[in-house]
Amino acid sequence: MNDKPKWIRTARCEDIPLREGRSVRFGEREIAIFNLGDRFVAISNRCPHRDGPLSEGIVSGNTVVCPLHAWKVGLDTGDVERPADTLACVETFRVRVEAGFILVEMPLEGAEKKQAPGICIEHGGLPVVPKPPRMGIDDSDIRNIRA
Amino acid sequence: MNGSNEQSNGNGNANRERLVVVGNGMAGVACVEQILKHSKKFEITIFGDETHVNYNRILLSSVLAGEKSADDIVLNSLEWYEQNGIRLRLGVRVTGVDPAQKTVTVDDGSVTAFDKLLLATGSSPLIPSLDWVQKEGVYVFRSIDDTRALLERARPGTKAVVIGGGLLGLEAARGLQVQGCDVTVVHLMDRLMERQLDPTGGGYLKAKMECMGVKVLLNKSTTEILGNGKAEGVAFKEGPSIEADFVVVAAGIRPNTELGRKASLQVNRGIVVNDHMETSHPDIFAVGECVEHKGICYGLVAPLFEQGKVLAATITGNKGPTYEGTVLAAKLKIMGVDVFSAGDFNDKAPGTDAVRYEDAALGIYKKITIRDGKLAGVILVGDTSDSHRYMDWLRAGTDLTAMRKQLLFPSPVADAGLDTAQMPDHETVCGCLGVSKGAIIQAIHKKGVNTLAQLKECTRASTGCGSCTELCQQLLKAVAPEFQEETRKTLCKCVPFAEDNLREILRSQKLRSVQEVLDIYGNGTGCEVCKPALSYMMDMIWCGDHEEDRSARFVNDRVHANIQKDGTFSVVPRIRGGVTSPAELRRIADVADKYNVPMVKITGSQRIDLLGVRKSDLPKIWADLGMPSGQAYTKGVRMVKTCVGTEFCRFGVQDSTSAGIELERRLENLFTPHKVKMGAVGCPRNCAEATVKDIGIIGQEGSWQVVVGGAAGKSVRKADLLVTVASTEEALSAAEIFFQYYRENANYLERTYGFLERLGIEKVRKETVYAPEPVRQGLLDRLHKSKALAQDAWLEGETPRHPTQFIQIEPIERIPL
Ligand SMILES: Cc1cc2nc3c(=O)[nH]c(=O)nc-3n(C[C@H](O)[C@H](O)[C@H](O)COP(=O)(O)OP(=O)(O)OC[C@H]3O[C@@H](n4cnc5c(N)ncnc54)[C@H](O)[C@@H]3O)c2cc1C
Ligand code: HEM
Ligand code: SF4
Ligand code: FES
Repeated sequence: MNDKPKWIRTARCEDIPLREGRSVRFGEREIAIFNLGDRFVAISNRCPHRDGPLSEGIVSGNTVVCPLHAWKVGLDTGDVERPADTLACVETFRVRVEAGFILVEMPLEGAEKKQAPGICIEHGGLPVVPKPPRMGIDDSDIRNIRA
Repeated sequence: MNGSNEQSNGNGNANRERLVVVGNGMAGVACVEQILKHSKKFEITIFGDETHVNYNRILLSSVLAGEKSADDIVLNSLEWYEQNGIRLRLGVRVTGVDPAQKTVTVDDGSVTAFDKLLLATGSSPLIPSLDWVQKEGVYVFRSIDDTRALLERARPGTKAVVIGGGLLGLEAARGLQVQGCDVTVVHLMDRLMERQLDPTGGGYLKAKMECMGVKVLLNKSTTEILGNGKAEGVAFKEGPSIEADFVVVAAGIRPNTELGRKASLQVNRGIVVNDHMETSHPDIFAVGECVEHKGICYGLVAPLFEQGKVLAATITGNKGPTYEGTVLAAKLKIMGVDVFSAGDFNDKAPGTDAVRYEDAALGIYKKITIRDGKLAGVILVGDTSDSHRYMDWLRAGTDLTAMRKQLLFPSPVADAGLDTAQMPDHETVCGCLGVSKGAIIQAIHKKGVNTLAQLKECTRASTGCGSCTELCQQLLKAVAPEFQEETRKTLCKCVPFAEDNLREILRSQKLRSVQEVLDIYGNGTGCEVCKPALSYMMDMIWCGDHEEDRSARFVNDRVHANIQKDGTFSVVPRIRGGVTSPAELRRIADVADKYNVPMVKITGSQRIDLLGVRKSDLPKIWADLGMPSGQAYTKGVRMVKTCVGTEFCRFGVQDSTSAGIELERRLENLFTPHKVKMGAVGCPRNCAEATVKDIGIIGQEGSWQVVVGGAAGKSVRKADLLVTVASTEEALSAAEIFFQYYRENANYLERTYGFLERLGIEKVRKETVYAPEPVRQGLLDRLHKSKALAQDAWLEGETPRHPTQFIQIEPIERIPL
């Protein structure tokens, strides 16, 4: 059983409002599922920066903006799009809808091990040291925007 | 010193000729401006029966449509009258003229002598039948007061009927429609704006008006306004009557010639003037809509300014320039309905050719008429971008024979926007005030003009209808050595508009959801910068009468708590003025125990923070606390920090605690451009630091100081004094007025300190506590409307907006595939 990908029935379609995300816990993982209107997408719920809950972010097209320090993560690719040149990414998951349920594909147990927040297989599996976000603002400024 | 001063004054008075101006409107005051350019020899008195300084009457349409406020359209401030030594008498009517004694009589009984008299009495709305206006609910549209009355009456869903389908009637209709009324325009003729449009053009215009939601009935001659003492409907000679809650009569204007008759001047339809703008009496002159020149009474501003210039020369003893009449051009000022018409568009006249272009799908119709190889008239509907070119041809009488094949299609260069470099110097840029390109360039070179504001000040260009602003900007950019573009920061690249534009767009276009704004004016997606900003504007402008889109809000505003670094939240209940009770404290303590709250902290704002709470626990905690939200997580009203004041303090002279609690009660639950922290102290020792708060009230013996724009965060700024008032109620009301002004005018994420630095306290004072009573009342009314609809966000704990708003979703099951 364990050597096959598993599809998990996670939530009902109506559980996730348009252009918002919700997190679903599954074992050790927390998965953020987003409703983009024409489709659902799923990525890991942990921001590569400092573990911010991406499901709580504001959706901007096909990206989500982390609520803690405004890193921007591509929802289809899992790549960090802001700060630019950050080689970090988050895990992405395949999604399909069946009978009103959102099904998310869990990768093989083995593959799971290789993936950790801040490490990106596509980029050669190198651990990425989270750099402080750029965009000309530092951490405290971002907090100031939010506070 | 004193003696000589008095003497020179006395001498001056004796020597100076007395000029009396009747009518404080656009023509009269513009003419006075011109006279002052020639000479300062007159001692000037202006009588006006409106209670306002001279304002731009043209822009009343924008005021009605909510795009501008009454203050935005002032042309000459009180200081201007003072600086020029003009005696201004407002709210009084001149009732008589004695041409032999050379005096005027005023309705307050006073008599004023003149050496020269200038009649600039304008015109009045034409009312076809007197008993119409005796009914309640029948309005005209001519003055600020009329506009205010209409705005007061125009409530969403009420049925408005506008009689008259000319420029004025259509602009009134559009304004009322923006205010939410169900509007019908009834017009006597077979097409709208028949004096400016041919039947085809009128058809296009009708389609556009209907498309915007205004109903149009043509060929209807109104016989009666129905209703007993109060307007209830309108009856026609042809066909059934229609219902109305109120009626606006815009059936034309009638020159105010009464004083001319009393002075025994020659009067036909208007007061007759010759080419030097002289009447039949050597010391009485007339200008503006009240005059008739060569048989024509004008109803637009461009002729008035030309007349004013000529009159100024004549009256100051520089007689010479003559007024030859004006080529009339009219432009409909309705956003999204472009109509322009000038000259004679009748193509049936012998020797006239017409050239037409039509695109029904795009709603574009252009027609020009040509006589003797020259342009005779032009009609543009749907695309008026070439209007300047046609006006130039009209005025200059350009021979078009060589261009016959490209009359409606400008060469590609010109098509790419008007090329200011190619414009001849004599070409008019500002049609309203008659300012040519040459005059603007001269102002730039000789007077060192570098900004649009300076250009307006210096030449008055673009202060009329404003449609030449873009051209003026281009000229400045091209010619001014140190052109400073008024830096207009756009909200973000998703919606590239300045925030004040966006507020105007939201209001006038009635956009009621963030996504709609993004779809129509932006890139369709939006981002974390513009979405919360637009959400704020929606809420501020529509106060709940909009679609609240939580996906456009920051997480804090979705769950009404402050997200922390580990994804947990903090809970800060409202403790008004920092005053709590043992029972409340016990409940807070119980909640902290029951939910294992990791930290309980006293905040810097006299409140208690429960930190490290899980999202799913929020609704339960709120219910157990039984206290309202302290809004510590949002751009909204935080708190009023108070000291104990007269209640306990031996120094206290005002009851700061009660005042602070009341202030918090009046403003709580509202959203603001950025957080608003307030303070109330009972004496100038200022123990609760009110001078570094966004709004502070500081008690003094027998009065309160209201201060605004203080800060003690990243920036430290001492607050500016807004006003000192006697009673607590006045202090609270001043705070409310400023608060709403900040809500309406600050950019999103602009704290009050930045806002004040940007605008300056003087402007803020003038537009808030020192504004005319209706303006202040308007701010208060809008605030109270928002407040009535605002509620404690934590009520959503019991009735969530979305079933999974506070829920941690668990996977339903795992199925192998
Ligand atoms: C809603 C609206 C939109 C308009 N749009 C345009 C436009 O787009 N383009 C355009 O060119 N024109 C437009 N006009 C017309 C333009 O406003 C007028 O042509 C212009 O204001 C006339 O100026 P005036 O000084 O002759 O008269 P007014 O501006 O009417 O001034 C006359 C003043 O004299 C006062 N007065 C009269 N009799 C007495 C008395 N006996 N004692 C004391 N005071 C007296 C009146 O109350 C008034 O304040 C518009 C007008 C309105 C109402
Ligand atoms: C994520 C970061 C932040 C969080 C979660 C946060 C949260 C809070 C909270 C909950 C309070 C108490 C508010 C109340 O009782 O209404 C507070 C007070 C305050 N915050 Fe912040 N804040 C943050 C960042 C900042 C920053 C960056 C600044 C300064 C630039 C700032 C300045 C202040 C000040 C000055 C007070 C005290 C106000 C007073 O005593 O009047 N905060 N903050
Ligand atoms: S500000 Fe004045 S009244 Fe208030 S506590 Fe301090 S000393 Fe007392
Ligand atoms: S944790 Fe996501 S941006 Fe810092």
